[in-house]
Amino acid sequence: MIQTFFNPEIIVASWPIVRAGLLNTVLLSLLVVPLGLIGGLILALLASVKSPAVRWPLMAWVDFFRAFPPLVLLILLFAGLPFAGLELGGFVCVGIAFFLNTGAYYGEILRAGIDSVPAGQIEAARSTGLSRLQAMTYVVLPQAVRNVLPDLLSNTLEVVKLTALGSVVAVPELLYQARQAQSLTYSPTPIVVAAIVYFLMLWPVVRLLSRLENRALARR
Amino acid sequence: MSTWDRFAETFFNAKVMHRYLPDILSGVVVTIELALLVVATGIGAGLALALLRSLGIRPLNWLIIGVVDLFRSLPPLVVIVLIYFGLPSAGLAPSGFVSTWLSLAFVLMAFSEEIFWAGITSVDRGQWEAARSTGLSFGQTLMNVVLPQAFRLAIPPLTNRTIAITKGTALGTVVAVTEILGQASSAMSNSYNPSPLMMGAAAYLVLFLPVVVAARFIETRFAWKR
Repeated sequence: MIQTFFNPEIIVASWPIVRAGLLNTVLLSLLVVPLGLIGGLILALLASVKSPAVRWPLMAWVDFFRAFPPLVLLILLFAGLPFAGLELGGFVCVGIAFFLNTGAYYGEILRAGIDSVPAGQIEAARSTGLSRLQAMTYVVLPQAVRNVLPDLLSNTLEVVKLTALGSVVAVPELLYQARQAQSLTYSPTPIVVAAIVYFLMLWPVVRLLSRLENRALARR
Repeated sequence: MSTWDRFAETFFNAKVMHRYLPDILSGVVVTIELALLVVATGIGAGLALALLRSLGIRPLNWLIIGVVDLFRSLPPLVVIVLIYFGLPSAGLAPSGFVSTWLSLAFVLMAFSEEIFWAGITSVDRGQWEAARSTGLSFGQTLMNVVLPQAFRLAIPPLTNRTIAITKGTALGTVVAVTEILGQASSAMSNSYNPSPLMMGAAAYLVLFLPVVVAARFIETRFAWKR
């Protein structure tokens, strides 16, 4: 059993391949998390314009991406667009797909955060002479982000996990590299190693989230 | 031929769509089967674990927390690949369908256990004590007093999480499950035309958009009024 799933020789042999994947997963996460946050911020700021002409299309946009599987979006960009003469690499496709998909999720969270800041705060900020944009940046957003911090963190965890989709469009991240190593060694050991790496990397975040959730409950 | 005509001819080719419609529809059936199985077993197992945890047996709770943390940390695609490509080396060879079902069910089990558990612990201790002192048993208190309140709290996060995980049925295509995306991809490479992929995308929207809209309604309906 250990020889099959946790073969020391194969671990040593495949580690350089898996480690390169780990590095790429970290880099990819550092790229797509800010990208999703920017997308979400744009949506949330648009939603703070309290006009039905803005709000309804926005809700439709968000619901569209909540209903659409991210893998389908990725395949559509990667395999569909070339038929329109637009050939983007797997890496660019992952960036666009994450901007759209995780942007919608971040947008919902940030919108809820902005809604949670009492209107009196904006009025007070505006009456001291701050512009709308200044009031938003210096008064509303810091409080909004603080109010939804656990949700933001929880979504970020999901985004990092989602980078494993990159393996489907040949982005050499952790899962992709592990599968390469698996086909080279004819052994599931590299995939087990990749799973352990994911677990060690993300488990502290999961623990932290559990504690934050319990604290939120205790405050109720 | 105008640009638009050429675009329509490529992405919404009537002949190709007509030819591959049956394939996409059979994919829809597989996706629905997989989704229902995942939701039923995942949420069922999650509730069972939360109830077990409420018994307060220490070593058992550690085990539950460990399993839940494991499946909250691992990307679902990694779990699918691990089961599909790993288990054959142990003499078990689950099909792609079974691998995807088990993986997503485990992930949903982990998330729903956390959500149910949060709901159960949110019920004030005093309510337990009051219910027990009127002569209700532990089981009766759980069933008639605690769970109805816990469910109410659990429903909005649970619907969100369930949709997100059920969408993951598309991941099955990586392990050759003939669900919508799998059918659409192979039809696309057979016909050298992206129309089947557009049909597949439309099929996902038809399946999941009503659920998302319903979830939005449920969220506002069950929002905890404070």
